[in-house]
Amino acid sequence: MTDTHAILAEGLVKRFGGANARDGVDLAVRRGSVLGLLGPNGAGKTTVVRILATLLRPDAGRATIGGHDVVAEAHEARRLIGLTGQYASVDESLTGTENLILIGRLLGLPRAEARQRAAELLAEFRLSDGASKPAKAYSGGMRRRLDLAASLVGRPQVLYLDEPTTGLDPRSRNEMWDIVRGLVGDGVTVLLTTQYLEEADLLADEIVVIDHGRVIATGRPEELKGRVGGQMLAVRPMLVSDLPIVESVVARVSGATPEVCDGLVTVPASDSALLPAVVRHLDDAEVQIGELALRGASLDEVFLSLTGHPTEQQEVSV
Amino acid sequence: MTTMAMPRQTFTLAWRSLVQIKHNPAELLDLSIQPIMFVVLFTYVFGGAISGSTGDYLTFALPGIVVQNALFASITTGVGLNTDLTKGVFDRLRSLPIARSAPLAGRILADTVKQAWSIALILGLGIVLGFRVDNGVAGVLGAFALLLVFSLAASWIAVLVGLLASDPEKVQIFAFVVIFPLTFTSNAFVPTDTMPGWLQAWVDVNPVTILADATRGLLTGATSASLIGQSLLWAAAIAAVFAPIAIRTFRQKV
Ligand SMILES: Nc1ncnc2c1ncn2[C@@H]1O[C@H](COP(=O)(O)OP(=O)(O)OP(=O)(O)O)[C@@H](O)[C@H]1O
Ligand SMILES: [Mg+2]
Repeated sequence: MTDTHAILAEGLVKRFGGANARDGVDLAVRRGSVLGLLGPNGAGKTTVVRILATLLRPDAGRATIGGHDVVAEAHEARRLIGLTGQYASVDESLTGTENLILIGRLLGLPRAEARQRAAELLAEFRLSDGASKPAKAYSGGMRRRLDLAASLVGRPQVLYLDEPTTGLDPRSRNEMWDIVRGLVGDGVTVLLTTQYLEEADLLADEIVVIDHGRVIATGRPEELKGRVGGQMLAVRPMLVSDLPIVESVVARVSGATPEVCDGLVTVPASDSALLPAVVRHLDDAEVQIGELALRGASLDEVFLSLTGHPTEQQEVSV
Repeated sequence: MTTMAMPRQTFTLAWRSLVQIKHNPAELLDLSIQPIMFVVLFTYVFGGAISGSTGDYLTFALPGIVVQNALFASITTGVGLNTDLTKGVFDRLRSLPIARSAPLAGRILADTVKQAWSIALILGLGIVLGFRVDNGVAGVLGAFALLLVFSLAASWIAVLVGLLASDPEKVQIFAFVVIFPLTFTSNAFVPTDTMPGWLQAWVDVNPVTILADATRGLLTGATSASLIGQSLLWAAAIAAVFAPIAIRTFRQKV
């Protein structure tokens, strides 16, 4: 297994306070793939990441990174990993360059090489402008990018990204996604936590949904969405008078009975060809479209359908 | 890991603490302003009342001010450590393949450098204002060494507080609540014989008094091996009690 899997975890349990032990979390992440760890607030995502990053000892279960046990061989495991935590962990009083040089030097790079690697990463992450500014003068997005750059100085084989896009604007979010794709292209194994199904869907080869410290679903994004009930197509005509035409077009193309509510026509979108087909037909019928969206199942819907209970905060063991 | 890795990582992390000063010169001022104010204000405001003349008072109080400042400065280790813990910098360092002790050792090394800077500053300013060192370079170096050893021991208390406090401000509050009364109930600023009897009993055994007297002895007048020995004993006792607790807490926490 360790030949093909960069991360293996079995029955990870972490108890905080008096919370009950759960079944524990099992994970297997193939080399060079992206695992999306999905779950609501307090599900235990960060706790799992911290265990896998050797920052927290599990109370039960074990995990290996590249075959090295995260507890017994923490030092070896640390050689392989990079961590971008949920909250940026850069030294705010150092400049971007200094933050990266610090990491490079700690990893044993000679001075000139550490400086060069820092410049390289700053350029790659569009931080060259802030290179000689203290990190406390950075915007939230810049800080996150610097934090990510810091975790890449040592060219890790395994990268943990804990909610890398939470709090980013859409443009920065897209950039982050591109960066992750680039890293995966270079062969890096990524474990990414997120609260957004869309993000896991876009990036992950495999998704693990956890809640209350246990795995409630595992699968490829498509499989999971299939189980959740898939996506919804929503169409709103510009003119309310077009509503009946829209309804009939959507019904005909999808073969299902659409729901009409507040001028919005919705229908389950089981097939990715549905959206372009609907657009074409409405165009032919000369209907002006006010709003058209493929709405993914929300995380709440995932949870509702997977667990039968809505998301809620509760004390948890991982 | 090679054996040279830990010292190198320690130096790198010490560099990190010191290079901050470059971007935040205010920190250097912070490090310097309190000692300067104390030297100037105490000398000119209290000097006449306490010793009859500012010159005599400076001779008496300067070693005390150095001691008080050294104790306050030892708290910076706790503040810095706590900032790293609460800002997540420690998590980043811990996820790297470096020696477990390097982050703590690096911080302590950097703080020792800062400590030496503020001792030098106070002594230098004192000399400008008329403080006379009787015992030459050897005396000054001896005082430096003693103060650094003592504050290194005291910084274990700071490390413990820094590990336990929920934010850096709490560490500062601790410093004020503990170090202010401790240093003022000593003979650092005022001769013991002006105080009420019950207070004198405490002042005489207060380690700050012993350290202040030992420092006085090294800089001016008769150097006392006994006072230096007692100061070192206190330093050893503080380190013996607090270093193990601090290190255990450090291991549990990080
Ligand atoms: N140091 C700690 N002490 C006590 N409880 C903790 C600690 N860390 C986490 N917990 C608890 O463990 C549970 C899981 O927390 P965790 O941070 O792993 O969740 P998460 O999925 O990352 O949530 P979020 O989406 O909010 O980041 C929560 O109930 C949290 O309160
Ligand atoms: Mg989290």
